Amino acid sequence: MKIAVVRFPGSNCDADALEAARASGADAAFVWHRSTDLGGADVIVLPGGFSYGDYLRPGAIARFSPVMRAVAAHAADGRPVLGICNGFQVLCEAQLLPGALARNGGLSFVCRPVTLRVESDATPFTARYRCGQLLRMPVAHGDGRYVADEATLERLERDGRVVFRYVGGNPNGAMHDIAGITNEGHNVVGLMPHPERAAEDLLGSGDGAAMFAMAAVAAGV
Amino acid sequence: MTRFRARVRVMPRSSILDPQGQAVSHALGELGFGGVGEVRVGRAVELLLDAASADAARADALQMCERLLANPVTEDYVLEGVEPAA
Repeated sequence: MKIAVVRFPGSNCDADALEAARASGADAAFVWHRSTDLGGADVIVLPGGFSYGDYLRPGAIARFSPVMRAVAAHAADGRPVLGICNGFQVLCEAQLLPGALARNGGLSFVCRPVTLRVESDATPFTARYRCGQLLRMPVAHGDGRYVADEATLERLERDGRVVFRYVGGNPNGAMHDIAGITNEGHNVVGLMPHPERAAEDLLGSGDGAAMFAMAAVAAGV
Repeated sequence: MTRFRARVRVMPRSSILDPQGQAVSHALGELGFGGVGEVRVGRAVELLLDAASADAARADALQMCERLLANPVTEDYVLEGVEPAA
């Protein structure tokens, strides 16, 4: 099982994501954003950070990086792609996920642990969680307010594509308390919280570790 | 080919909360501008481009708005002007 962690200029959670992927038993490697070759990876992770300094809008420039064509092809094949924080923003800008991440409702950058409820276990990254399970992991973002038009929100809710929801407090004003969603094929998942920063008990929570292990299961390895 | 200057204004869609605008409105109130109501903060983009005609430049600029300069989910844009660059 091979996990590729894409590095954009300005990624800053790439090393943590690689560590979490390796801890799950996967063979993990970085892929530079100029590369068009994903090195035969089964799973792609777009990590958190501030790609291209968030110029224009978070993720707006990164979506045109050469590697994104390979990521889009990987996603179109139904293979797993996980976007964390800035990675989620990139996936939305690339239209691999619907909606957008707008400036936090309270304007401030939020950096603290939050509680999430697993709303769908029907994705490669949540297969080993159970619906309704509560997870503790940190958020760290200034632009994490999920927004989408009514029709999109209705479709996400109806089709079980809301994957994570904030409970006990919404840190950014996200519509429907949405913390993470998936695409129609349920193989692309984006979330604002950081599972790689909650990948072992020493970090205060190990709740995020299963997200990387799940990827192993889905890839059939 | 002629060089044109295009000016684009990108604004947060009115149906979407603009916390930056709210913060600016609040700060203006603190400064003593009691009459300030809603404030919205957007972005202005000015660019130079070469095109065969003003219409072609306008068409290019609209494509740029659609594909990059504005996010179709959260923002509206106005192409404010396309004129030959001095």
